[in-house]
Amino acid sequence: MNRAGAIVGRIAQIIPTFFLIGVVVFVLARLLPGDAVSAMLGDRATDEAVRRITHQLGLDRSMVAQFLTFIGQAAQGHFGQSLAFRVPVASLISERLPVTLLLTLMATLIAMCMALPLAFVAAMNANRWPDILIRAVFQVGLSSPVFYVGLVLLTVFAAGLRLFPVGGYGEGLPAHLYHLFLPALTLALSFSAVIMRTLRGSILAVLRAEFVDFARAKGLSARVILLRHVLRSAAITTVTLVGLHIGSLLGGAVITESVFAVPGVGRLMVDSIFSRDYPVIQALTLVLAVLVSLTFLATDLLHGWLDPRAGV
Amino acid sequence: MTPLLPMTPLLEVRDLAITFAPAARVVDGVDFRIMPGEVLGLVGESGSGKSVTLRALLRLLHGARVEGHVLWKGRDVLAMPDAELRAMRGRGMAAVFQEPTAALNPVLPIGLQIDESLAAHTDLSGAARRRRAIELLGEVGIADAARRLGAYPHELSGGQRQRAMIAIALAAGPELLLADEPTTALDVTIQDQILALLLRLVADRHMGLLLVTHDLGVVAETCDRMVVLYAGRVAEAGSVADLLRQPRHAYTDALLRSMPGEGEARTRLSPIPGMAPKLGRPLDACAFVPRCSYASPECSAHRPPMVAVEPRRLSACIAWNRLPARVAA
Repeated sequence: MNRAGAIVGRIAQIIPTFFLIGVVVFVLARLLPGDAVSAMLGDRATDEAVRRITHQLGLDRSMVAQFLTFIGQAAQGHFGQSLAFRVPVASLISERLPVTLLLTLMATLIAMCMALPLAFVAAMNANRWPDILIRAVFQVGLSSPVFYVGLVLLTVFAAGLRLFPVGGYGEGLPAHLYHLFLPALTLALSFSAVIMRTLRGSILAVLRAEFVDFARAKGLSARVILLRHVLRSAAITTVTLVGLHIGSLLGGAVITESVFAVPGVGRLMVDSIFSRDYPVIQALTLVLAVLVSLTFLATDLLHGWLDPRAGV
Repeated sequence: MTPLLPMTPLLEVRDLAITFAPAARVVDGVDFRIMPGEVLGLVGESGSGKSVTLRALLRLLHGARVEGHVLWKGRDVLAMPDAELRAMRGRGMAAVFQEPTAALNPVLPIGLQIDESLAAHTDLSGAARRRRAIELLGEVGIADAARRLGAYPHELSGGQRQRAMIAIALAAGPELLLADEPTTALDVTIQDQILALLLRLVADRHMGLLLVTHDLGVVAETCDRMVVLYAGRVAEAGSVADLLRQPRHAYTDALLRSMPGEGEARTRLSPIPGMAPKLGRPLDACAFVPRCSYASPECSAHRPPMVAVEPRRLSACIAWNRLPARVAA
């Protein structure tokens, strides 16, 4: 019943989650075959050089000591130096993260703009031609691999029609939006297919609900019934789905960022894994985990607002 | 509005037939009428077509073919333009359904669900609608109405939810209330309260009431006249008192025998043998024949016509004059 208390409780749940993620990240990074020093020095390095660098990087200390340093610094927002780039990890991430955030945000907005109206049209015409056409087109979007969709969009709109740049990020917000449009569209195509199908199904289910018949029996207009009674109820399941999907977009934009040469965290992550850049891998995973958790928290709060039966 | 002539029915249903695709005729040739201020019971077992009939009166059925005439003050509801239909729903005829849990929108507060009815049918300002909503909740017996406006359906008890649904149905001041098994989902003690509430509202507002129920006990307590449905057809119709004293259809006779009566301890109940018929194409025979103890070959030869067996008494039973009178209580 106490809404504020429930929200605080929900936020408190996140903190142990972060700690566990920290443990997993630390262990996983060290389970990778190979190590940072040989990645840096190559296989012709002398034993002497390897020993010196290993000591310099603190990698000769015990695992527990390394872990405590990592957690202690992470809690204060320090992630140490990148082993490969020789710059603070924090500055590396703060440079790349906004790119991925903007890409995710654009992809989500584009996906919603495509999915919401079309889900409505499809549901209102269930099993007639507009519905069948919409579902068929989205089915193609859903079943095409992201890298392929990306390449097709690149070939047609960037290389062929020269409407968009083939890659990069540009300078200033308008240029960012322009450069990120095609990659965002690539991500949005499959995302919107998921939203469209779920929302269409929810709308159809709600249209058959008894409370919608009761609303019609009251003499309400079709607009009020649709917007107030149908859409709100149908949105409940869709909101959860969108939240989950945004979470996976944040960490999963690797392929799209590679295809379009977008300097986001997805590519940074891949590069860091290849160079065994432990501090970057750890920090990046942790930051993404925090972002995903916050997205889920926002989803839960929105869900609780839409559906008063859910205790937050 | 000109005052109605005394004998003009509020609602007149003529030859109503409802078919679900591909060929399931669930209501077949139903006629009845309701006068202002009258309480009519529409009685039948599950699958007799009574709830479907109620929904057809407001054009709420999905994917069904509805034929015949549903005349609301002489205007055919089945042919009404959308705007006229919307204005009639809620203000002319309003409905209360069986399951308040399903019929109330779970994510909207009760106050809003009353308010939107008022907004659709009246010119009241927001503040006036709020006052009216509080009055309505008070009228249906919900205590502390002003605070209850913000409550969601799941925060109310079953009986309160049913009261809230009645308040919503009454919001636009309907002339006829259609109630579909309004007490079936409730505890027995609450059932009586809700029935008493409905009767009081009918009397206070001089409203018509169509009560759809499977419960003859409820009909005996509340209705003036009743229509007995069997397999989507009217078996018989007449005043409740006459019908319970002297059934004129073999189905009504069997139905009364299957009910526990007053002061008849140790007498055996006799359930009706067999099952209600499956839906399908209309039969050219009496649908009750397989379960009827009065059946004669004539009953299977053709569909028995509706006959006025007494003044204001209709029956579609060939054996109507062979049925025994019920023992007076």
